[in-house]
Amino acid sequence: MGEKHISSLGITETKYLYFKNELGLESGEQLSNITLAYETYGILNAEKSNAILVLHALTGDAHAAGYHQNEDTPGWWDLMIGPGKAFDTDKYFVVCSNVIGGCKGSTGPSSANPKTGSPYGLDFPIIGIKDMVNAQHHLIRGLGIKQLLCVAGGSMGGMQALQWVASYPEMVKSAIPIATTVRHSPQQIAFNEVGRQAIMADPNWSEGHYYSSSPPTRGLAVARMIGHITYMSDISMADKFGRNIREEKSDKKFSPDFEVEGYLEYRGDNFVKRFDANSYLYITKALDKFDLAQGGSLEKVFRQAPGVRFLVIAFKSDWLYPAYQSREIVKACKQAQLDVSYYEINSTYGHDAFLLEGTEQEHFIGNFLKRTYNEQK
Amino acid sequence: MNKNNELFKPDHKVIFEMIPAGSSVLDLGCGNGELLNLLNTRKNTRGSGIEVDEQAVRQCAALGVSVSQQDIENGLADYGDKSFDFVILNESLQQVVKLEWVLKETFRVGKRVIVGFPNFAYYRSRLQMFFSGKTPVTRSLPNMWYDTPNLHFLSIADFIAYCHSRKLTIEKAVFLDGARRVKLCPNFFAQNGIFLLRNGNDFSNGEKKPV
Repeated sequence: MGEKHISSLGITETKYLYFKNELGLESGEQLSNITLAYETYGILNAEKSNAILVLHALTGDAHAAGYHQNEDTPGWWDLMIGPGKAFDTDKYFVVCSNVIGGCKGSTGPSSANPKTGSPYGLDFPIIGIKDMVNAQHHLIRGLGIKQLLCVAGGSMGGMQALQWVASYPEMVKSAIPIATTVRHSPQQIAFNEVGRQAIMADPNWSEGHYYSSSPPTRGLAVARMIGHITYMSDISMADKFGRNIREEKSDKKFSPDFEVEGYLEYRGDNFVKRFDANSYLYITKALDKFDLAQGGSLEKVFRQAPGVRFLVIAFKSDWLYPAYQSREIVKACKQAQLDVSYYEINSTYGHDAFLLEGTEQEHFIGNFLKRTYNEQK
Repeated sequence: MNKNNELFKPDHKVIFEMIPAGSSVLDLGCGNGELLNLLNTRKNTRGSGIEVDEQAVRQCAALGVSVSQQDIENGLADYGDKSFDFVILNESLQQVVKLEWVLKETFRVGKRVIVGFPNFAYYRSRLQMFFSGKTPVTRSLPNMWYDTPNLHFLSIADFIAYCHSRKLTIEKAVFLDGARRVKLCPNFFAQNGIFLLRNGNDFSNGEKKPV
């Protein structure tokens, strides 16, 4: 992050799909009047056989590649998406979809409740990864795509990719789940819970009804700080900050002394400008409740998807989504006799590696897609 | 045929010939995926590999060979019973820690097993040992004693005796001295042995099971 990549995609823009029909949710509730934000790169071929769906992580958005007008940071996966890159937009039609429950242009708790005209707040129903995928299914069908060449994503994006395989196996030719899991461990749930508690402990949160007053920025910033710690590794933090002391001095006794403290504060403060606290609650809950096999056997889930080819990627220094969770996916693929490749990339970036690690990931993803695309021709 | 000879490493050629078209194949310690690629492209096999080396798995990806980057012990345990027509253990048997366990697992996972290894009783090894009194270094065992990846040193005679004791049926055995096939006294003249095995009797420790 921070490094500016020369993107040959140029200016890209977010589009919106609106659909009126009700979406039945995992919770049993209904959601209607849904807007879903998405972006597309490249051209859908005449046979509509070159479409790839890319899915983002917890706080990501539809803007995966290229630059928005008047902005100087590219999309979150610009490293991987573009002409000649792993997701080669000269060859493939790449769609990146946002998620419902979020706050980046898709319907979520900060959207207007059609019944009242004011933001949903906590009246927004609890949503799951499966619901996000069902909403995306409307988008993909709406784009006239019957089968995706690939669904890919890291972290929560990987969960969505896995859910796509489970929910719509006939629509998926291949899947690339990266640095992800089929279900959260107690440790992962615990970190999310601390984040949620920080938000809810902020007096400004007011049971989620803060849209006409001050939002719980303090709580959300702390949640983000905790998140950031878990996305990095011991080594990446040591490399980046060491025990360096900040230049800015303050008279206050417990103001941040070390650079790492200042960095976390900066990250937290920046985050509250672009993210909604209630969305953070809803989406982390969706992550924690996700269980691809729903308590059953993962092998059985994959047996329902006999034609799907997998590329599973984990990173050695990722302690938030440790490699053993990826190997669990690989094991189930093998037992279900699916074609699977697995790589454990030697990165020091921690969980963030899926956003930052260029060369290796590009090599594995690029070759995997090439093979999958050529074989179907 | 000549074209094949240029493309194929001698041991790969032997293994290639042992596997019928359309088979499912697992190559343990598949290296850069060369053999699997030959099998997949020329014999239409469904092949996948297990390989732990970083550079090697990169090459597998470039060839379009499916590979799991993990050690043989862990990667093998994931598979269900009789998942493959053939499991290959070429030049990797002598490097695994839990050799007996791995061999047993290959017979659980595969219907047939192909094992290839360097022959420690090759005559040049014997001569080196006899005259210099030093651990032999040959083309098939090219490392010095202090930097060899090999954990087990075995001869063709050792392995044949082992197969008998474990009731493993040797369906075919090919012995090589470089690219040349050795028929006479292979334990003396061959640098490599390649065996096609079938489990005759549930891999018991020599105990006969009632049929």
